[in-house]
Amino acid sequence: MALDASYVGRQYPPTAPYEVGREKIRQFADAIGDPSPVYRDPSAAAAAGHPDVIAPPTFAVVLSMSAASQVVFDPRLGLDYSRVLHGEQRFVYRRPVRAGDRLEVVVTVEDIRVKAGNDFMTTRGDIRTTDGEHVCTAYSTLIALGTADEEA
Amino acid sequence: MTMAARINYDDVQVGQELPPQTFSVQRIDLVKYCGASGDFNVIHWNERVATSVGLPNVIAHGMLTMAEAARVVTDWVGDPGAVVDYGVRFTRPVVVPDDDKGATLEVTAKVAEKLDDKRVRVDLTATSEGATVLGRARAVVQLS
Repeated sequence: MALDASYVGRQYPPTAPYEVGREKIRQFADAIGDPSPVYRDPSAAAAAGHPDVIAPPTFAVVLSMSAASQVVFDPRLGLDYSRVLHGEQRFVYRRPVRAGDRLEVVVTVEDIRVKAGNDFMTTRGDIRTTDGEHVCTAYSTLIALGTADEEA
Repeated sequence: MTMAARINYDDVQVGQELPPQTFSVQRIDLVKYCGASGDFNVIHWNERVATSVGLPNVIAHGMLTMAEAARVVTDWVGDPGAVVDYGVRFTRPVVVPDDDKGATLEVTAKVAEKLDDKRVRVDLTATSEGATVLGRARAVVQLS
């Protein structure tokens, strides 16, 4: 089923604030197998010029994916989530996410298109502190596989 | 912004290769990533469902592959906060069998372009079982 193209340009209200904790960052770093002390030890982070431990570059997906569920699971959009693959992901950082941040995400539908029988949807998540400081922008493209297509 | 990039811009040449890395991806790693990321999509932990939608087996989260590939860049530059832009396409899944070995992910990277403000663009390749799993994988890094 084709996606509702009228969703392009739609913007959602800011998400409820997400408070970034040191132990959450440690858990995420453990899960990706990255032993860097900058993710765990405030003094190592300070030596690198950061006010507290920072999060790995892909940590922002924890916020952006959750925020994008507002649109992904909107039944009127018409996305069949059982056929969805993650097509592309990009993060553009103003600065790293760090412990103590209170972050909110504003989701915008950037693009919806059909290519080779598959639906593509790109969302942008602008991640900022509750004080309005821009931290990171996350771009995510999901692909809903058409029934006639094989696995990529 | 960051002060800890241990690589000096002036010392870097276009074409220079970063130290490559190899990662082992087992089922336990997918379970841990499910919990840490909040992405509990069934195809990352349930073989019955994964095969029913046409996948050869359980597959790794693309975001886990993306995170592991980033290590080649962040371990090189020293400060992960020096990564100012990072994007990939997920071209093929990393298939993770239920055995004692799991999948293997091999990542290489090289400096592709020197940019303004002491930044460089690094292009990455990531393969698993000989198949390219990330496309157009690029990071922009702030050097000293």
